[in-house]
Amino acid sequence: MTPATNAAKPPIPEPILSAKDVNAYFNAFHAVRGVSLDVEPNSVTALIGPSGCGKSTFLRTLNRLHEEIPGARFEGEVTLEGENIYGRGMDPVQVRRKIGMVFQKPNPFPSLSIYENVVVGLTLAGVKDRRLLDETAERALKHSALWDEVKDKLRAPGTSLSGGQQQRLCIARALAVKPPVILMDEPTSALDPISTARIEELLGELKKEVTVVIVTHNMQQAARCSDRTAFFFMGELVEYDRSTRLFTNPQDKRTEQYITGRFG
Amino acid sequence: MTFQDVYAKLDARRTIVNRLMLGLLGLASLVAILPLVFVLYYVVHRGIQGLNLSFFTQLPKPVGETGGGLGNAVLGTLVLVGLGSAVGVPIGIASGVFLSEFKRSRFAPWLRSAVELLAGVPSIILGIFAYAVLVVPLHGFSAAAGALALAIILIPTVAKTTEEVLKLVPDHIREAGLGLGLPRWKVILRIVVYGSRSGILTGVMLGVARISGESAPLLFTALNSQYWPRGLLAPISSLPVQIYTYAISPFDDWTQLAWTGSMVLVLFVLVANLLMRAILGGKKA
Repeated sequence: MTPATNAAKPPIPEPILSAKDVNAYFNAFHAVRGVSLDVEPNSVTALIGPSGCGKSTFLRTLNRLHEEIPGARFEGEVTLEGENIYGRGMDPVQVRRKIGMVFQKPNPFPSLSIYENVVVGLTLAGVKDRRLLDETAERALKHSALWDEVKDKLRAPGTSLSGGQQQRLCIARALAVKPPVILMDEPTSALDPISTARIEELLGELKKEVTVVIVTHNMQQAARCSDRTAFFFMGELVEYDRSTRLFTNPQDKRTEQYITGRFG
Repeated sequence: MTFQDVYAKLDARRTIVNRLMLGLLGLASLVAILPLVFVLYYVVHRGIQGLNLSFFTQLPKPVGETGGGLGNAVLGTLVLVGLGSAVGVPIGIASGVFLSEFKRSRFAPWLRSAVELLAGVPSIILGIFAYAVLVVPLHGFSAAAGALALAIILIPTVAKTTEEVLKLVPDHIREAGLGLGLPRWKVILRIVVYGSRSGILTGVMLGVARISGESAPLLFTALNSQYWPRGLLAPISSLPVQIYTYAISPFDDWTQLAWTGSMVLVLFVLVANLLMRAILGGKKA
């Protein structure tokens, strides 16, 4: 790996999230190899690459969810707004309040209503103020473009919604705790094309208030909705650039081969 | 022969086999349900004639006197089952949660083997255990010893079903909870366990139903009593033991009480089950 391509081009002066020389392991398997990556505030950053390239694992190191897997190990540094989230005395629970996550499969909590699902991050943290909860639920559901579809059935079970609606419910749930950063791990790979399009539209709206880092298998999706794209291959960050440039004028041969569909 | 002919022949054969198998499945289901129907019918048929208010409010009368009831046994069963559940259910649920949520702990395989072994131990042996730890040191049969025996029978049933139900919750639900910045204990209690409460309660109901009908472990722990319950350290009457005693007696009115007691016991379990289903049925996700 040549460090030259590992840096952001053009450099990001004040990154909200910054990974420095991140290495992640599953027991003996070295899944992420020395990745450094800066994330621009209020942008959408896409992580692309073939299956098993370490992009999801890297994403999960950004909110310390990687370490929840047995046998997982981490080396390196990740700073959020200048603070090392792996620093001594940092509580992973606190870190995850600031860096939310949306998963591949829509996963509303079983036997909770739509409303309860949205505000669960607050209610389980001890917030009891009815007005605050109602306002948060409405704001988060409007923000995730689900409000109009569910405002008359907030008491219905979260699992009664369609797959695409469930995923937007999960986005609302992540938004409700007001994290500055939201990570998305292939959020549309289990959805139909129309639901996918709705979530892609949503990304453009979301970045006005939060910073999004999204892992996707879909290169068109990365090209359509991200400001910057990082190409991962065999656990390494090969190229990181503005999406317009990376997809039209890739600097690395492997990037070019991947985006032109010659492997992966 | 054309392809159509071959297919037509296959289709005819397949339809017949399909109907045959469906018929067999129906028959098997019927055979499975029939004993329940017969037991219910016969127990109610024989028991209903003895059912009146005094069955629940009076003590058994000595031989020769008419009337009397099994009020002490009804109350005794409620005390024994209530106390046994109060001890056994929390321990059972906690063990099940541990087995499912901390399955990688070094202690988990040991606990799982212990639970499985305990589930396989005949209930009379567990009665002997309660006899050894409570009856012998306290120099007397007691309600407490009976409740302990029932609690130990309940623990593996509840632990196993709790574990099985929680295992059905996919891991990404737990990750979603952690990803919201919730501590692990809250994810387990407030999301995983809370979301599975109907399944867990079904397991609890099955366990409680089972211990309601246990007689063997009570024979030398709670023993039996002709009086109203007199505290946890005194012998106590229970429906199963009272049914056993009266059913083998030569007196007609005692036999009748045994039949009515059987009916009350069976209906108690049935109604409790149906009630739980009705309450939880609407809540299922």
